[in-house]
Amino acid sequence: MPNGLEIIHPGLFTTIQDLGRFGFQDLGVPPSGALDTIGLRLANALVGNAAGEACLEISYMGPVIRVAVDSVRIAVSGKVRLAIADGGTPRPVDSNRSHRLKRGDTLTVGAVDGASTAYLAIEGGFALAPVMGSLSSYGRAGLGPLGGRPPAAGTILPLRLAQCRDAEDVTFAKPMDYGQGPIRVVLGPQADAFTQDAVATLLASIYRVTQEADRMGLRLEGSKLAHRASADIASDGLVSGCIQVPGSGAPIIVLADHQTVGGYAKIATVISADLPRLGRVVPGTSLTFAAQSVAEAEAIRRAQEREIERLIRGIIPVPSTGVDLDALYGADLISGMVDAVSGQGR
Amino acid sequence: MTKDAIRITDLGDTAFNVEFGDAIDPVTNAKVTALAGAVRLARQGGGLAGLVETIPTFRSLMIQYDPLAADRAGLEAEILALARANAEAPTAKGRSWVIPACYDADLGEDLDQLGQRAGLSRDQMIGLHTGTEFTVHMLGFMPGFAYMGGLPEALRQPRRASPRLKVPPGSVAVAESLCAVYPWESPGGWHLIGQTPVRFFDNTRSPPALLAAGDRVRFRAMDRAEFEAARKDPSPLMPEGS
Repeated sequence: MPNGLEIIHPGLFTTIQDLGRFGFQDLGVPPSGALDTIGLRLANALVGNAAGEACLEISYMGPVIRVAVDSVRIAVSGKVRLAIADGGTPRPVDSNRSHRLKRGDTLTVGAVDGASTAYLAIEGGFALAPVMGSLSSYGRAGLGPLGGRPPAAGTILPLRLAQCRDAEDVTFAKPMDYGQGPIRVVLGPQADAFTQDAVATLLASIYRVTQEADRMGLRLEGSKLAHRASADIASDGLVSGCIQVPGSGAPIIVLADHQTVGGYAKIATVISADLPRLGRVVPGTSLTFAAQSVAEAEAIRRAQEREIERLIRGIIPVPSTGVDLDALYGADLISGMVDAVSGQGR
Repeated sequence: MTKDAIRITDLGDTAFNVEFGDAIDPVTNAKVTALAGAVRLARQGGGLAGLVETIPTFRSLMIQYDPLAADRAGLEAEILALARANAEAPTAKGRSWVIPACYDADLGEDLDQLGQRAGLSRDQMIGLHTGTEFTVHMLGFMPGFAYMGGLPEALRQPRRASPRLKVPPGSVAVAESLCAVYPWESPGGWHLIGQTPVRFFDNTRSPPALLAAGDRVRFRAMDRAEFEAARKDPSPLMPEGS
């Protein structure tokens, strides 16, 4: 008898991620971890987990999962179409709240609305062995559980808890505000390798995220950025958010699975508070950039942390008003649905 | 940048570089290695609060920190003090390795072309490569990828204009003044001259990367039969090290 969560369908690109694998970048090992660390923390908060517990990172379209333990509490953060079936017709349910499932139930994680990533947290987390201190998946080098690969259909993900705690389901009092407006950057470390015009262009132009967007980074199209002499530097260290510009002049923002070092000049680095926003953007999104000092970036990050803490402290029991009709109708996962309360077909 | 100047550059609000130069040279690299060692010692002693990790490169040490736990200005001052105090520290002597590699044409597709440019025969090229002692300057790009300096002039060429989409794992490659082995299949723009069955990264080992900055590496030519036998061996071949 399997004991865990059975993957019926893996979804588009579903990986196990935590807050990252740090401490091995000097060996060339990328940090990996959640693209949207806020989303991961919020999903964990809804099921009472520690902030950095490993979750399933959902890209665009999530998996179908069958429960093979007595009971389990799950939560998906982000705006995601969800449905739960207990043998009968799937019933659409809300994301951004916890749900208690029992053995045999099926959870369908559908499309992520308006973002590229969302997070599925499991109360108690996965009973998987960390690789080099982390459960984050890095497929290229086979690092992480399941050899760093997305779980395939038929995979059973073992859980720490065979049944969930007897707690009531909870939700957020208000949604997370990831912020809008320009993506904020600190110029450097090689802003001086670019013409003055290039720096002005970066801060004045609209860039578009191309289809080449994945866990390694985002390629942007828009005004070209000119180097003073050459795009090449003696390779040096990268962090998530670095905006490197190869000879083509088209910027690339590196994300969690980035190479640890790079040989292209970096015009600027996205501040840490705005990285979760970039971890959610879909191809075609327009981006603008604004420059900040390091001190301003730190102040923004601290304010954001206070906001996240407020949000988590403000978690409330799910109002017991019965069926959430808006979610039911908005989810649009099933056809021929009948409103059981009014008896009207929709 | 003047010869002894130390420059700090920003990578957003989570990291900064301590730069000792902007080119690839052994003197600059030794300063990086010395500071990396001093930082490691300071952390072992419980110092440098908020520091997450470091990335030593040819010419700089990247310091990554948690902006919620570290005092950036204080951390920067502490690191600069360490850099000045350890500027003359002798570099720890690295280990010495002999890496077997097969230079057959299908495993090192670019060797003949490099040889033609240099006006050297295949045997002469292999002799040059196996006759060189390389020094590991840094690791990066991908897990276990070691940038080894000291490539003889005749083997030096700029990177390929268009990178290969798939370089096989174990490929021995050269570009500019450097030599490296690709531990994983990946895209790559370096010239392929051979292949080694040695695993350069294995997360079940500690440390998982075979080489470390400061190590010295020589290559030894192996024939096809020895290469195939070593490649089929499920136990990873460990090179001769000392």
